[in-house]
Amino acid sequence: MSVEAAETRERIRAGSNLASRGGERLGFAVFAAILLLAPFWLPLVGSYTDLGTRVLIYALAAMGLNLLLGFTGGLSFGHAAYFGLGAYGTGLMLRYAGPNMWLAVAVGVLLGGFAATLVGPVVMRRRGIYFAMITIAIGQMFYFIAVRWNNFTGGEDGLTGFQREPLTFPGGSIVLNGPRFYYFVLFFFAIGVFVLWWVLNSPLGRAMVGARENSRRLEFLGVPVERLTWISFAISGFVTALAGSMSALLNNFTSPLDLYWQLSGYFVIICVLGGMRNFWGPFVGAAIYVVMQDYASSLTKNWLSVIGLMFMLVVLFFPRGLLGVLARRRSG
Amino acid sequence: MELLLFDAFNGLIVGFFYALMALGLSLILGLNSVINFAHGGFMALGGYLAFTLVPVIGFWGALILAPFAAAALGILAERGLVRPLYGRDPLYSLLLTFGLALILEDVTRSIWGAQGLPFAIPNFLNHPLSNVYFFFTGYRLFVIIVTAIATATLFATLRFTRLGICIRAGNADLETVASLGVNIYLLRAANFALGILLAGLAGILAAGQLGLTPTMGASLIMPSFVAIIVGGAGSLIGSLLGGLIIGVAAGITTAYFPAASEVVIYLIMAVVLVIRPRGLLGQEGLFE
Repeated sequence: MSVEAAETRERIRAGSNLASRGGERLGFAVFAAILLLAPFWLPLVGSYTDLGTRVLIYALAAMGLNLLLGFTGGLSFGHAAYFGLGAYGTGLMLRYAGPNMWLAVAVGVLLGGFAATLVGPVVMRRRGIYFAMITIAIGQMFYFIAVRWNNFTGGEDGLTGFQREPLTFPGGSIVLNGPRFYYFVLFFFAIGVFVLWWVLNSPLGRAMVGARENSRRLEFLGVPVERLTWISFAISGFVTALAGSMSALLNNFTSPLDLYWQLSGYFVIICVLGGMRNFWGPFVGAAIYVVMQDYASSLTKNWLSVIGLMFMLVVLFFPRGLLGVLARRRSG
Repeated sequence: MELLLFDAFNGLIVGFFYALMALGLSLILGLNSVINFAHGGFMALGGYLAFTLVPVIGFWGALILAPFAAAALGILAERGLVRPLYGRDPLYSLLLTFGLALILEDVTRSIWGAQGLPFAIPNFLNHPLSNVYFFFTGYRLFVIIVTAIATATLFATLRFTRLGICIRAGNADLETVASLGVNIYLLRAANFALGILLAGLAGILAAGQLGLTPTMGASLIMPSFVAIIVGGAGSLIGSLLGGLIIGVAAGITTAYFPAASEVVIYLIMAVVLVIRPRGLLGQEGLFE
C-alpha cells in the first residue's frame, strides 16, 4: 500500500508539476507548440482542423471527469449529463436569447456545473460501484428531460436553429470560422486545464488524492472526505460542461445523445485508455479515441463493436493506460 | 378512470420486466460484485433467440430453452472475461461489461437487423379476458403468472437448495465460504448464470409485449438500475418491489402527463436517495 502510494505520489508530481523540472518544461513547451500549430500541420498529414477541435473538446471533458475519477477515486458513469447540459445551455441561449457568445458559453457552463453541484450531495456518501450506478441513473434523468421537453429542446431530433455567432469585443468582433474557432476552443481548453492543474496542485487537490488512496485515514485526521468528493464532483462537472458548450458550438447542433449514458462510458474509457493516474492521460486517450472514431466510421458500420472491443482490450491487457505504462517504464 | 386503470396496469406489466431484470442484476451485484451493464444485451439476446427458436420448437419450447441458451452464453462471458477481473479495482469490471453491452447490441443488430421485429405469441393468449377491461389480455395475465413462478422458484432456490445457501452465505462472507471448501469460482459462475437466466426470460416476455428491437436492452436496463437503487442494494425483495413501484408510477404518470412518464422514475429515485439513502429495504452501511 505505502509503496504504491509513494509511486502514485511520484506519478502525480511527474504529471502535474510541469514547470518544476527542465525536461518537463521542455516537454510542455513542445506540447503547447503542437496544439498552437495544429491548424497548420493537421492538413499536412491529411487531416482537418475540426478533428483537432474535437480532440480538444473530448480531452477537456475527460480531463474534467478525471479529477473525480482518477484523482479523487469517484467512479462517475454519468458525466455525459453535465457535458450535454453544457451543450444544451449554450444552444438554448443562442437560439432563444440572442447572439451573445460569451453569455451562451457562460450559461452552458453554469447549467452543467450547478447540476453537478446539486447532484453531489446525493452521491458523495457512496463509494465504488454503487457510486457508479447512482451517477449513471441520475444522468439519465437529464437525458429524458431533453428528449421529452419537445417544443423547448427539440426532443429526440436534437436542438437545431442556432449557430456560432461572431465573437464580440468592446472594440469590434471576430467571425469564428475554420482555424479561428479552433483557437477559440483552445483558449477555453487552456482555462479549463489551468483550473484543474491549479486545483490538483493545491492542498485541496492533495487531500482529494488522499481520499482516493485511504479515505478512512483521512477521516481520522479530520478531513471531511464527503465534502471533498462533493467539491471534486462540482469542479469536474463545471469543466465537463465547458467542453459540452464547445461541442454545441462546433456542431451548431446538440443531440440528446450528448446526455446519454453510453457517452458517459466513452469518457471513462478515454481516461483509462490514456492513463487515469496521469494528468495528461485523458488527453492522450481522447486523441486516440477521436482519430480512431474518424477512421473506423469511414471503414465499418459496426462502430459499436469496435469501441466495445477496445473497452475489453484496454481492461484486460492495458489497465494502466498508455501514459501509465510509459511512466512506469521510466521510473523502473 | 378506466384510462387510469389501463395505464396503471400497463405500467405494472412493464414493472414486472424491470423487476425480473433487477433481480438478476441484484444477484450479480451481490456475489460477483459487478454492475452487469451487459444485462440488457443478454435480455435482448434471450428475446431474439426465442424469436429464432419459435419456428423450430414452438413458443413453449422457446420459452424454456431461450433463457438457458442466454445463460450458457452468460457463463462463457463470466468464465472468459469477468473472472480475470475479480479482486481488481471494480472500475475494470464495469468497463468490461460496458464494452460487452456495446458488442452485444451491435451483434444483435448485425444478425437480426436494425428494424423492429414482431414476436408472435399463441393466439389464445391474445384475447381480452374481460369485456369491460379490454386491456386485461391473456398475455398480460401470462406475464404476471410466469414472473410469479420464476420469482417464487428463485426465492425457493435461494432458501432451500445447497446452491442457494452457498450464494446467500457468499453474500455475507465470501472468504469464509471459500475456506469451508466451496469452489467460489464455480459458485460465482452459477450465480452469474442464474442472473442471466432471469434476464433471458424477461427478454422473451418483453418481446411478446413490446416487440423486438436491438436497443431494447439499452432502454430497459436503466430503469432496472433505478429499481435496485429504490429497493435498496443487497435486498432481492427490494429490487422486486422497486421494479413494480417505478413501473406503476410511470404508468399512472402516463395517464396524466405522458411527457414525464420516464422522468418520474428518476424523480422517485432522487427522492428515495435523499430521504432514505440506502433504499426502501437496503442493508445499512452497504457501499458507503
